[in-house]
Amino acid sequence: MNKARRSPLNTAAAHAILLTYTLIALFPVFVIVINSFKTRKAIFREPLALPSSETFSTIGYETVFKQGDFFLYFQNSMIVTVCSLFFILLFGAMAAFALAEYRFKGNTLMGLYLALGIMIPIRIGTVAILEMMVATGLVNTLMALILVYTAQGLPLAVFILSEFMKQVSDDLKNAGRIDGLSEYTIFFRLVVPLVRPAMATVAVFNMIPIWNDLWFPLILAPAEATKTLTLGSQVFIGQFVTDWNAVLSALSMAILPVMILYVIFSRQLIRGITSGAVK
Amino acid sequence: MTALKLTNICKSFGKVEVLRNIDLEVVEGEFVVFVGPSGCGKSTLLRVIAGLEDATQGTVEIGGEIVNQVPPAKRGIAMVFQSYALYPHLTVEGNMTLALKQEGQSKDLIAERVAMASRMLSLEDYLARRPSELSGGQRQRVAIGRAIVREPKLFLFDEPLSNLDAALRMNTRIEIARLHRQLHASMVYVTHDQTEAMTLADKIVVLRDGRVEQVGSPMELYNNPANQFVAGFLGAPSMNFLPAERLGGAAGLTIGIRPEHILLDGAGRASGKVTHVEKLGGDTNVLVDLGDGCVVTVRLFRQHDVETDSVVGIDFDEADSFSFDSSGARVS
Ligand SMILES: Nc1ncnc2c1ncn2[C@@H]1O[C@H](COP(=O)(O)OP(=O)(O)O)[C@@H](O)[C@H]1O
Ligand SMILES: [Mg+2]
Repeated sequence: MNKARRSPLNTAAAHAILLTYTLIALFPVFVIVINSFKTRKAIFREPLALPSSETFSTIGYETVFKQGDFFLYFQNSMIVTVCSLFFILLFGAMAAFALAEYRFKGNTLMGLYLALGIMIPIRIGTVAILEMMVATGLVNTLMALILVYTAQGLPLAVFILSEFMKQVSDDLKNAGRIDGLSEYTIFFRLVVPLVRPAMATVAVFNMIPIWNDLWFPLILAPAEATKTLTLGSQVFIGQFVTDWNAVLSALSMAILPVMILYVIFSRQLIRGITSGAVK
Repeated sequence: MTALKLTNICKSFGKVEVLRNIDLEVVEGEFVVFVGPSGCGKSTLLRVIAGLEDATQGTVEIGGEIVNQVPPAKRGIAMVFQSYALYPHLTVEGNMTLALKQEGQSKDLIAERVAMASRMLSLEDYLARRPSELSGGQRQRVAIGRAIVREPKLFLFDEPLSNLDAALRMNTRIEIARLHRQLHASMVYVTHDQTEAMTLADKIVVLRDGRVEQVGSPMELYNNPANQFVAGFLGAPSMNFLPAERLGGAAGLTIGIRPEHILLDGAGRASGKVTHVEKLGGDTNVLVDLGDGCVVTVRLFRQHDVETDSVVGIDFDEADSFSFDSSGARVS
């Protein structure tokens, strides 16, 4: 930024706005985390107070670890999220490359067909999906969830990635062809590294909805062995009594893995969002 | 021996015809330049030769062999692109050696070729760098080096100098000419810049709208253009075109006369007002408005003091002028 536009007042104002926004965004998370370390009474009496020596309690975490197989749920969520993201990125990028790179009959039609999924929510097809899963014996497997989430994430992934792939220099791909690289090598070694920021963006946008989803785990994989974290946490929320300590503890712990994945992708993500804006 | 032979090449993208009935022969060791305005299909023609696009019709022969069905890597060609197209994840050495490694050449041969190419292009100090750490001129030299190490039957250049600044462009142009002399290789070079075409070519192919307008040596085309387009395209400043009627000729014809063949002479064939004078030191370009929208450029050698807004007469030798009919074809 040039010096003339960087007056101290502007800088202060910008920081004030950003700090306010950060506070607003982080406040609910903060409340969840502090309350997860308090006794039930303290949660209700003074929800905004920090845990003190009297109100401090880890009962929520103890309940979570005793009740059900929390680590298994955790592992299930992790497997489902990571595998789905992997397949979304792999197949999404391959389809996007084909649509962006090759001229074939029905190219545009195929692109539109794939983009249709952006407009039609996959949940509309729940009954049909359940019937298919029953027929193929995939009910109560993690595979069922991975397949559904991959299908759910692909349309947007193809759409975004093919736009980015069109921007990859034709000359670079052609240089590779003249040097005898196979189309797969061109894709994996030349094109994918150049669209990595876009892929990170796609990954982050898909990650949170998959991690938080309750619908499909409840319908397709409600068995004890395949419960995801979100579904597993539901046992603490009853119709009449809710074990708030346990719910808040489970939620606090559920934040961690998403945060770790986010940190992994975020450096690329920031580059993806600002690419084009800053050359 | 012919290095390249194109027979009746046509190429369309959907309904758009980009190349029409192109026939061409490149003799071994020849430097051929395709020149034409932007969008006339030069790059497309080069990509057809390289095998990156399939011709809709016609055959491509490289080294006496029909290669229509041969993939780009097996055609014995190497290509240099306008945007350099270096592999960003490889070092300079990696960029130059990739093709040879793909071909499965021995380590010794690869090392020897890289040493030779980097010596020729003064790239020895940069072999371990990545493309992002090089200047534009160095990147283009790496791209040329990547082509040289393959010792191809045919070099293809697609506007390799367009992304360089003026000074570097001239140096690199001279370097390419020197490489051609050293390697005795057949080269096809595409450009929209007539100076590059005139200075580099053994043979120029002028293209317009996907058609070959004329083929010949630079001086043949300059002295004997087949039509108004070629006459106007080659030479800088470009040829003046005047309706013949203005100079007392037949109606419908156009007279073409190069700026350096016009004299400023008080008692000339026509007179007009000087609208602008460009003093270049070695040359002086004078723009004379003859009225009715006819502006001629006169190129005088050395330095002259011509006042703008003064009235001057122009004259030229009949033998130096060309005439074209209304379709642009050369009449005399
Ligand atoms: N892949 C393509 N699809 C459709 N039209 C194309 C394609 N490539 C080139 N063209 C068209 O072909 C014409 C010639 O292009 P090109 O060979 O790049 O011109 P030049 O290199 O002479 O500037 C242009 O009008 C361009 O729009
Ligand atoms: Mg071009």
